[in-house]
Amino acid sequence: MAFLEIRAVSKSFNLNGKSRSGSALPVLRDINLAINEREFVCIVGRSGAGKTTLISLIAGLIEADQGEILLEGKPIQGPGPERGIVFQNYSLLPWMTVFENVYLAVDAVASDLAAKEKRQRTEHYIKLVNLGDAARKRPRELSGGMRQRVAVARGLAMDPKVLLMDEPFSALDALTRGTLQEELARIWTESKKTVVMITNDIDEAILLADTIYTLTASPGATLGPAVRVEAPHPRSRSQLSREPGYQRARRETVGILVAGQNGRGTRSAVAQAVAP
Amino acid sequence: MTRRIDFATMVLPLLGIGVMLLIWTMLSTTVARDLPSPMKTWEESKQYILNPFFKDGEMNQGIGRFAFLSLVRVAKGFLLAIVIGTPLGFLLGLSVFFYRTFDPVIQILRPISPLAWLPLGLVIFRQSEPAAIFTIAICAMWPTVINTAVGVRSISPEYLNVGRVLKLSRMKTLRRIIIPGSLPYVFTGYRLSLGLAWLVIVASEMLTGAPGVGGFLWQEYNSLVYSHILLSIITIGLIGFSLDRLMGVVERRFKTA
Repeated sequence: MAFLEIRAVSKSFNLNGKSRSGSALPVLRDINLAINEREFVCIVGRSGAGKTTLISLIAGLIEADQGEILLEGKPIQGPGPERGIVFQNYSLLPWMTVFENVYLAVDAVASDLAAKEKRQRTEHYIKLVNLGDAARKRPRELSGGMRQRVAVARGLAMDPKVLLMDEPFSALDALTRGTLQEELARIWTESKKTVVMITNDIDEAILLADTIYTLTASPGATLGPAVRVEAPHPRSRSQLSREPGYQRARRETVGILVAGQNGRGTRSAVAQAVAP
Repeated sequence: MTRRIDFATMVLPLLGIGVMLLIWTMLSTTVARDLPSPMKTWEESKQYILNPFFKDGEMNQGIGRFAFLSLVRVAKGFLLAIVIGTPLGFLLGLSVFFYRTFDPVIQILRPISPLAWLPLGLVIFRQSEPAAIFTIAICAMWPTVINTAVGVRSISPEYLNVGRVLKLSRMKTLRRIIIPGSLPYVFTGYRLSLGLAWLVIVASEMLTGAPGVGGFLWQEYNSLVYSHILLSIITIGLIGFSLDRLMGVVERRFKTA
């Protein structure tokens, strides 16, 4: 049995905010996904495809209209730290220091620990993302990349069974993004968490993931077939281009995205993705 | 660069004050002959200004003493206003039920003038001092109530989602997310409330005849010493301005993000 399982999940949003039967816009339909323990899964899709909706469903922040989501065989009930999440726009609490932001998570999941241990644990996660020097700073004093590290540290500090990441690096410049991707690859190899990451960057998905799923364009997006990335972890960007597994995964992912686009009339974005 | 800043921050405000004094002088020499000119006002007021803390009877004190008495009264009323207004604002912001129940009442009470509240205060408390403080509090409370409620409701759902994922208790969500998240709005409310409290002081002192800047103003009007009305007006304005600046500093201190 899969560790995290999504069974026939559908979700619609009401456009006018009235009755459910009204003019509901189907965002996701019939999503099925089975994720193994310690697997790194990336879900790739264009912006507006419903990626954030999918991760919010797994996080329990919103409820599915149909279907169910099971973690270790049990249906999820609302949000909880065992499905820790790194939000797209970081969502750090601006009135707290880096330390306090991470401590809030440690305190929430390990409230029975002694204060000293909780502080040590907090420091451990802050060091893990190389932010030891910035622990007393507030989010507004940090660069985008550093804020993202804090968000990752907080996500890990929840000690989740599944770490959910919603386009964690999308707001960063290309260089910072590259550094953080490789750092995440290193952290993941060390901690071996189950990760579900949303991204619109195919190369990012291939660098990090064991398995890639594509989400076809909304409305009524659904998941394409799984693409396995056969390359040893941790991977680095420089060696990746020489890996045969990388080339194959890229071809397959792009192929699925293009097939999903056919008949929808907008191919330009995919054409660009195929170009290199 | 620094010279330009000096020009903008020092010279222009002085120019504005100069124009104001000119208009005042012109009015006092033309259409409003009873209005004392700036020079006359200074001549007749300087003993109150140069010796601000003398006391020669209850209603004949230096302007510093009067200002102090008024400030103490305003401080009491303002503190009462925020002690009642802040929790009320949080309740309105947190509970839709509470909001729907009490928002209409608040909207009706809010525009009532201090001149209307004061007699009611006198009826309830039978003494002028508590009536004055009651009037200040009930008039000054609303910006705090409304801003706090708006602050609570405008906390980003992203921050609340952090609390949901961490399964924080209601108390902890309040202490760690809702209160700190709404503080900037709360302090904007405090600043506006303090401004209102100071605005109300004159009316309440006039009607109760309590010693203070407003009471002095009314007494001097009745004694036909018009220059002292102007002295009081200028004092009220300067203190109100300083209070606002002071609260502005406090407010910025609590700005987050």
